[in-house]
Amino acid sequence: MTVIEPRRTRPAKPRTDSRLSRYALPVLGLVAATALWWAISAVFEVESFLLPSPTQVAQAMVEQSDYLWDNSLVTLWETLLGFLLAIAVGVPLALTVTASRVLERTVYPLLLMLNAVPKVAVAPLLVVWLGFGQFPKVFLVFLVCFFPIVISTAAGLSSTPADLVELGRSLKTNWWQTFRMIRMPAAVPQLFVGLKLAITLAVIGAVIAEFVGATEGLGYAIVASGSSADTALAFAAMILLGVMSVVLFYLLAAIERLCVPWADRA
Amino acid sequence: MIGIRNVSQIYRTRAGDVEALRDLSLEVADGEFVAIVGRSGCGKSSLLRLVAGLQDATSGEITVAGTPVQGPRRDIGFMFQRPALLPWRSVIDNVLLPTEVFKLNKAAARTRAHELLDLVGLNGFEKRLPHELSGGMQQRVSLCRALIQQPRVLLMDEPFSALDALTRADLTVELQRLHMKEASTVLFVTHSVDEAVLLADRVVVLSPRPGRLREIVKIDIARPRSLGHDGHSAELGELRAQLHDLLMTPEEVAR
Repeated sequence: MTVIEPRRTRPAKPRTDSRLSRYALPVLGLVAATALWWAISAVFEVESFLLPSPTQVAQAMVEQSDYLWDNSLVTLWETLLGFLLAIAVGVPLALTVTASRVLERTVYPLLLMLNAVPKVAVAPLLVVWLGFGQFPKVFLVFLVCFFPIVISTAAGLSSTPADLVELGRSLKTNWWQTFRMIRMPAAVPQLFVGLKLAITLAVIGAVIAEFVGATEGLGYAIVASGSSADTALAFAAMILLGVMSVVLFYLLAAIERLCVPWADRA
Repeated sequence: MIGIRNVSQIYRTRAGDVEALRDLSLEVADGEFVAIVGRSGCGKSSLLRLVAGLQDATSGEITVAGTPVQGPRRDIGFMFQRPALLPWRSVIDNVLLPTEVFKLNKAAARTRAHELLDLVGLNGFEKRLPHELSGGMQQRVSLCRALIQQPRVLLMDEPFSALDALTRADLTVELQRLHMKEASTVLFVTHSVDEAVLLADRVVVLSPRPGRLREIVKIDIARPRSLGHDGHSAELGELRAQLHDLLMTPEEVAR
């Protein structure tokens, strides 16, 4: 027989066009936003403690680069540690919960209820419970990351495509084989949905924890600069937070493309 | 090889009982290719799932190779309407899946997988992922997977129905060749008269609601067969017309 069918690929797009929209457009958006910000601060002559101009922020960033760098590392470390802890606890919990109906019925509503508690409100309590060190910060990051990871992993594990479930049945796979060969790999794309959501929340969690009872970190830097009316420095810290969040997100997206190249198609 | 004796199947639904099959009996000999045709609702897919052990009959008995079917078995291969390939596994690993489940010899399985992929014209595609293949190629992989553990019986549930007409014709020809080579017993559900006539030794016509045996048409034409112009086009045409009439006319009028 002859193989005449062409390989099925996504519709071809001119390469230059896709590169333009992937890299040039985001940069353009960034530049435009900065220009607008600069124009507002210049035209309305806003006091710098209310709205510093982009140049003032850039100046703060350069002048206090050591201070900002050290504090960024603190926040980054808390974020990553909390995030990894949430994966280490969340994924196994999702596995356990979906392994049995009884457990699912018992634990799932509880999880959803806990998820509804605003984690921000817990931050001051964590200081009371866990003190002023880094641990309460890591713990808050863990808390905000934990639920999206558990819920998306559990959703992925319990929504295995029907035709694959049937395939397993026709081969008479045992529970472990079904899990290892079919259900777990099929859940990975969903897991990444949760991880990407969690990583953006993780940075926010770290900052909020640092607002309360911290002596270092970008969140602390924002609070401290606010009290000394050094708004430019606060802005610099916020921009760094944004950058950190974006970089972590795209790092995760890149890992996802490596792990599940089939995810967006199939 | 396959014995279906007085099998009935009733589905209990909220709207009431649905009778899918009524008192159906059929014997399929070793190496025989039997096609089951019928309009939708005639229970042909139900029948196949019963033989596969994917569900239990309400009454009656089904045996494969002399032993009653009580659940899915290694000596029964099943091919679905959709390819049902694992999207994260390469072509070759998808074909090898049953041998991993059954813990068969790895080297031997690999050799056989390559042979099967060769047979369906997929050599060179072993490392591809399913989403990189066309629908026809995916279904070929699925066919190889169903054959990898050398089942004594191959059950096929409208395997080509989701494909375009030409790909379908290609695959029908390939299946014919595979059947001639492997000589396994095949039970093939389809609603295509062409496929039935080309492939089967016997065509079982079911009538719908509830599914009952209407007629068995023997196809005594030498293989390989083709729907094009060859020595048998007249006989094939006659059989196609006969089956067409059986499918299109209500029972009372035909008898």
